[in-house]
Amino acid sequence: MSIASAPALSARAVAPVASKTRRWLRRYGLPALGALVILAWIIVALSAPALSPYNPATVDVTARLRPPSFLHWLGTDVLGRDVFTRLVHGTRVSLTTGIVVVLVGAIIGTLVGGIAAYVRGRLEELIMRLTDLVLCFPPIILAMAIAAALGIGTTNTIIAMLIVWWPKFARLARSLVLVQRSQEYVEAAVVMGLSPTRILLRHILPNSIGPLIVLVTLDVGNAIITFAGLSFLGLGVIPPTPEWGSMVSEGRELIEQWWVATFPGAAILTVVLGFNFLGDGIRDWLDPRSRRR
Amino acid sequence: MSRYILSRLVLAVVMALLATLVIFLLANTVPGDPVLAQLGDLAASNKEFVAEWRAKWGLDLPLWQRYVIFLQQLLHGDLGISISSQRPVLQDIRDFAPATLELASIAFLLSLVVGIPLGIMAAMRRDSWIDHLARLISLIGVSSPTFWLAFIMLALFYGGLQIAPGPGRIDAIALPPTSVTGLYLIDSALGGDWDTFRDAAAHLVLPSIVLAAATLGLITRTTRASMLESMQQDYVRVARAKGIRERRIVIGHILPNALIPVVTLGGLAYANLLTGAVLTETIFSWPGLGRYTFRSAVTLDFPAIMGITLIVAVVYLFINLLIDISYALLDPRVVR
Repeated sequence: MSIASAPALSARAVAPVASKTRRWLRRYGLPALGALVILAWIIVALSAPALSPYNPATVDVTARLRPPSFLHWLGTDVLGRDVFTRLVHGTRVSLTTGIVVVLVGAIIGTLVGGIAAYVRGRLEELIMRLTDLVLCFPPIILAMAIAAALGIGTTNTIIAMLIVWWPKFARLARSLVLVQRSQEYVEAAVVMGLSPTRILLRHILPNSIGPLIVLVTLDVGNAIITFAGLSFLGLGVIPPTPEWGSMVSEGRELIEQWWVATFPGAAILTVVLGFNFLGDGIRDWLDPRSRRR
Repeated sequence: MSRYILSRLVLAVVMALLATLVIFLLANTVPGDPVLAQLGDLAASNKEFVAEWRAKWGLDLPLWQRYVIFLQQLLHGDLGISISSQRPVLQDIRDFAPATLELASIAFLLSLVVGIPLGIMAAMRRDSWIDHLARLISLIGVSSPTFWLAFIMLALFYGGLQIAPGPGRIDAIALPPTSVTGLYLIDSALGGDWDTFRDAAAHLVLPSIVLAAATLGLITRTTRASMLESMQQDYVRVARAKGIRERRIVIGHILPNALIPVVTLGGLAYANLLTGAVLTETIFSWPGLGRYTFRSAVTLDFPAIMGITLIVAVVYLFINLLIDISYALLDPRVVR
């Protein structure tokens, strides 16, 4: 290669870099954005008290329903509480409940579904009919009935949601384990005399974890929306605990004072979008066939 | 084939029976005390009054006896009497169902009429602005909380721009149309009362958009994905090689196969719309089943909760049965 062609070469070399960035953004842009949004909200949740000079529960009747200003960034609610402060503190409840419900639900569901698929026979039949039974109720109505029956409170609402939540993981885990079960490495493990528990937990489950992770990520947003919805109906947190769903509920009649309900709802939207972007990204990464569909 | 359908049918009946047991246990063994929820603190502190009240509603009998009574009544089509409205639950449900049926059907139509063409266009013009628009709409539809979307719509179009009517099925001062079906649109059209028709239609716009949002997103996404899938099939390549016009390929070859998953999804989505209207109805003061369910849950009105959950579960089972059967008809391999 001659020296004369060097500038042309470097000019050509620049173009691929730019298109490389574009390609990276195309492929990982949205998932990265999703991860960033989630990370930002986690930081907000951890540092909530440091972010605002107000207390989320302090009532100030002289400052009722103030529009957003420099003093109150997102305005104040009916009781004169600072909306920004309550929103920031509400992050803790929404993120924790969403993640706890999905993680615990996924663990219960995976174990139950995995055992069903591994043991087969009567037990499998029993377990799968049980999941069918739960799935034959509409989730929000069943959760609502259970939450109302257990009594209002964050823990009870989480329990109600868990009862509704595990079956879909059980179904997925069962179908995944059924596929792995007939693989040769499982036969080898059986021949080697490993215990069923060990085979299931150490060999089969790690090989079926991918789709489960995708469902978990995509489902956190779902769980956050459901919890906020139950809270909105008064079946979630006990007031005056700051929580996004109940904040929207407190502001739902205030159409003129739109800021009371708008901001907490927008917060829910961003978190859920974040988890959906990230979940889609993980799915594409684990299953390249689904990419760009 | 008929054996398959029969076995599905038997299974559905068994599930329905199990569902009654679950609902019964749920309503009767939980810590929430209907006495406190219904009578209030003052009346609940009067022991005699409470005992009398318990006996009246059969709450003093052993659990299994109550279940047998529950089943017996159920066989007679008797869902019990709502504690808070003092009326038969079935009658309550019959009164509240049309409002939900009307809202859910309009929302369902809306999500199909917008979602399917949008999904098709997004798949045909992949990566164009319409594809991005479709993705944006479906993402926001799936990710925004219904109750918040409802508030935003009301604040914007009712409070701000004042181009949409407020909550409720018709104007507060207007009289509802003479009831034939309970569906305001049909009833007013039957009576030739076009002012009421317009009024009812206008009141349906915002709630049906809100209710349709999530379903619309789901249908758009599914249509797009399944279009892309069937566009890559060999028979499409063959059709193209034969020189068939693009329009015909899409309508005659791609669409029929691409829409099969959409049809299944549609069935489930409709069931979800019927039952998922709780939040939408609460915000729009829509006198439907969702609001009724919510009120019953909050006041621990057990006969009402049991009745409505049971009916909804049966509808769910029935729709799933239909889906199973239509699958078997569409794809004979399922039966084996």
